[in-house]
Amino acid sequence: MRSLIDILDLSVAELDELIATACDIIDHPDKYAHVCAGKKLATLFFEPSTRTRLSFEAAMYELGGNVLGFAGAQSSSAAKGESVADTAKTVSCYADIIAMRHPKEGAALVAALNASIPVINAGDGGHCHPTQTLADLLTIWREKGRFDNLTVGLCGDLKFGRTVHSLVGALSRYTGIRVVLISPDELKLPDYVKEDVLNKNGIPYEEVSDLEAAIPKLDILYMTRVQRERFFNEEDYLRLKDSYILDIKKLQNAKSDLCVMHPLPRVNEISVAVDDDPRACYFKQVLYGKYMRMALILKLLGIQV
Amino acid sequence: MKIDAIKNGIVIDHITAGRGKDIDRLLGLDRLDCTVALIKNVGSKKMGRKDIIKIDAAIEIDLDVLGFIDPGVTVNVIRDEKTVEKKSIQLPERLTGVIKCKNPRCITSCEQELAHVFTLTDRDSRVYRCLYCESKADI
Repeated sequence: MRSLIDILDLSVAELDELIATACDIIDHPDKYAHVCAGKKLATLFFEPSTRTRLSFEAAMYELGGNVLGFAGAQSSSAAKGESVADTAKTVSCYADIIAMRHPKEGAALVAALNASIPVINAGDGGHCHPTQTLADLLTIWREKGRFDNLTVGLCGDLKFGRTVHSLVGALSRYTGIRVVLISPDELKLPDYVKEDVLNKNGIPYEEVSDLEAAIPKLDILYMTRVQRERFFNEEDYLRLKDSYILDIKKLQNAKSDLCVMHPLPRVNEISVAVDDDPRACYFKQVLYGKYMRMALILKLLGIQV
Repeated sequence: MKIDAIKNGIVIDHITAGRGKDIDRLLGLDRLDCTVALIKNVGSKKMGRKDIIKIDAAIEIDLDVLGFIDPGVTVNVIRDEKTVEKKSIQLPERLTGVIKCKNPRCITSCEQELAHVFTLTDRDSRVYRCLYCESKADI
């Protein structure tokens, strides 16, 4: 039995396999329409989510399976003080696979250590969000056709942005990756990601604060939202929330084949006018996320098609 | 200053000066009923200054704690006032229930029954990280 807690739990070969499966699902959806018949996915969402939860549910339905679960800690036994471990053991009696989001870092690992079925980390606080990274990787693959020799700009909240941490980890395994970290001082990438991922893998990176100056050299621009829920102090949130806003003017000096990505939801960090620009890839990213979750569910359930 | 030799017990020697109190605390020596001597800033040819702990009882001590705090220490088991065993200290791969994760966002901060586990993630720099949230260990 295998779970996915961190994107680095998957080898590069396994990532390639998932991407190949996702591309096959895109090309031949009918082939996959009933492969999970009789299987149940439990979506345990202890904090709000629209995209990720619906993406998992849509993924399971499109595979012919069923979904049960809850959205919000208040509608689960967590409100009565039940531990994550006990919840995982209980749900193992009802479902075949779990997708779990929890506000605390490491919660998904606790669930995986206690469940008797595979657990997919659908976000554990500011720590990891591996299925978003799967969506990101498929987007890069479909838009760029490669994972090597790319200059990747990561912009916004790099401190609490779990999608950024996971993506940096995944890309660090490819050659010729250059990273540009664009953030205010208070929201810089944590030292442990720089030390353990970038430095350890010899990935060249620079830390800058000016998005406009950095944009011309980028192949990929990964925008993030400054997340209110990660701040203990409302004043800090208000001061930093408008730090970086991507608009048409800033895109003028970007490469014509730049791929603009965002894990969504956005607040105002990408102007709506950018949506019509062919370089805007964030809604494709949403769709690709569903296909990668389908591929992942199949892999973790051991279903060969 | 004279500290009596112990008859049966343990001597933890070559402790980096200043770390004796951390070892005393994390090994729970302050809770023992027997005589425990924490000798600080002892002159040492090899180390300049060092700390020494003498425990006047044949107790089992957690060598992983020593390996985590100060892997250069030596542990001598004393029986009838003679050293009968020298225990080797290594960096433990995993520490369970020794130190607490201080990250308020970690799952261990809200689930009281959950053991605090740290794993060795960088042997050269002796970096330990929380198994759950990956925060760096802080003694």
